[in-house]
Amino acid sequence: MHAVERILARAAGKESVTTGEIVNCRVDLGEVNDVYLQTVQSFYEMSGRKVCDPTKLVFLMDHYAPASTIQQAENQKQFREFCQKQGIEQFFDINQGVCHQAMVDNGLVYPGMILVATDSHTTTHGAFGAFGTGVGATDMAVIMVTGKLWFRVPEIILFRLEGTLPKGVFAKDVILRIIGDLRADYGIYKAIEFTGPLLEHLNVSERMTLCNMTTEIGAKTAYIQPDEITLDFLRSRVKHDFQVFSTDPGFKYAAEHTFSVSALKPQLAAPNSVDNVHALEEFIGIPIHQAFLGTCTGGRVEDLAFAAKILKGKKIHKRTRFIVVPASRGVLLEAMAKGIMQTLVEAGATFVTPGCAACLGTHEGILASGENCITASSRNFPGRMGSTEARIYVGSPASVAAAALEGQITDPSKYLD
Amino acid sequence: MEKVVKGKAFVFGANIDTDQIYPGRYLELTDPKNIGRHAMEGADPDFGKEFEAGDVIIASTNFGCGSSREQAAIALKSIGVGAILADSFARIFYRNAINLGIPLIVCPKIHDQVKKGDKVRVNLITGAVVNETTGARAQAQPLSDFVMRILENNGIKPLIRRQATEA
Repeated sequence: MHAVERILARAAGKESVTTGEIVNCRVDLGEVNDVYLQTVQSFYEMSGRKVCDPTKLVFLMDHYAPASTIQQAENQKQFREFCQKQGIEQFFDINQGVCHQAMVDNGLVYPGMILVATDSHTTTHGAFGAFGTGVGATDMAVIMVTGKLWFRVPEIILFRLEGTLPKGVFAKDVILRIIGDLRADYGIYKAIEFTGPLLEHLNVSERMTLCNMTTEIGAKTAYIQPDEITLDFLRSRVKHDFQVFSTDPGFKYAAEHTFSVSALKPQLAAPNSVDNVHALEEFIGIPIHQAFLGTCTGGRVEDLAFAAKILKGKKIHKRTRFIVVPASRGVLLEAMAKGIMQTLVEAGATFVTPGCAACLGTHEGILASGENCITASSRNFPGRMGSTEARIYVGSPASVAAAALEGQITDPSKYLD
Repeated sequence: MEKVVKGKAFVFGANIDTDQIYPGRYLELTDPKNIGRHAMEGADPDFGKEFEAGDVIIASTNFGCGSSREQAAIALKSIGVGAILADSFARIFYRNAINLGIPLIVCPKIHDQVKKGDKVRVNLITGAVVNETTGARAQAQPLSDFVMRILENNGIKPLIRRQATEA
């Protein structure tokens, strides 16, 4: 069996599972964000009275942090009241940042767990050997009522990453290239495991970015076998006991792909699809009106640090608005302590509250028609960040910072000596 | 649940994401009627004016990709979509829609056989699809027993409600 299958089997109380089988799994942690008041509505529509286990739920206000309309404020108020009434102590309010980073910061994510959240980027937690998957409101309400959720045991695909990353090329460029090669529907319903010698050189932040973006090829979950890098990171954070599952030697994957990164150049997903991926050099000179650095995909300390390295002692281009959103409160604190925020704000960055911000086109940096944006987030669907007439390029945090500096798309490598 | 769905077709391409089905700026809305007013607005601003309850949506691959927002499925449920037929569906949207009792039919190459406004008839039990306007026929993948049980109960809520009440 594969480690992912072992995780599902353990949670379903079974010795083994097979591909395609539908299993009902106990969920170790269910996380609800503030876009999903429907979870509470569905809970009551299912005649829910008390949640199955309040210690296995987290409510987190990140998409509308802080509220910018009365309706958003009303929704958040209802969440606060619901959690109080239900005795849910893990209520993280608007000061925590994006759920995927905040849960990690707070030590809630560990290997072998089943983590279900009302957010498609829950695949992120494969970076820790967790089974993380996104669902909608009604599925989450089922977890709130029963503590369990059904899953179809997925086919598992192996991505082997080889070589070393050239200067100016990051995990974000690697996963963009993979999405471009395999296309947006390649991994629907599948689990994707990353392996290979490159992983030894990728820190937790870079691994989270890889796993985060697997949802853009449709994956159900992602997985990286926990190693010393993972365990070192988790040791100081996680209090919960956990078990690291492993994969049988000779396990037969549904497909295997090898990617060599040594010759890779910075990549961009061009409008209007995440799989419309080309070398960044094809777009050099395109004027940029907004550069957006942040989110669960590209707003960690390491991401902001590369931006600071590029912008230290310089000023952003006068044509460009440079919006910086640390992924979480923890990221913000560390970025402040290291002088990173100071550098970015001095360079002309507009700093906004840790959270999802403009990534999903609700607030804090909405795009006007005719504007070009380069973003370290994950999606460039039509209208994703505002006007459907805006054009969004998805790239690495370094590519975003370099574009803010020059006011146009440019290769970040030259600023990273 | 109606075993046979019949309606006029609204046809979309590949990778219709949930931002197009239900734009992010409306996510704060909570009343299904209000949510329904913005169905498919990001893909076709005139969709709401032309769509009538019982009509069907036809798409190419990966319909419903992107965000997990259940509002995308709620919007389509709210306006009374009869069924959605596509070459393939993104997984979270698939779960969301089935949970709400919307028949999602995987029917390879269906997108090439239907034009906007064609009358389409789908037998949910057998998976037989007929384009009544052109006479073209297609065979969809039959729904699994597991999914069928949810649809026959008009979504997963009544099933869980029974469980919650019995507990």
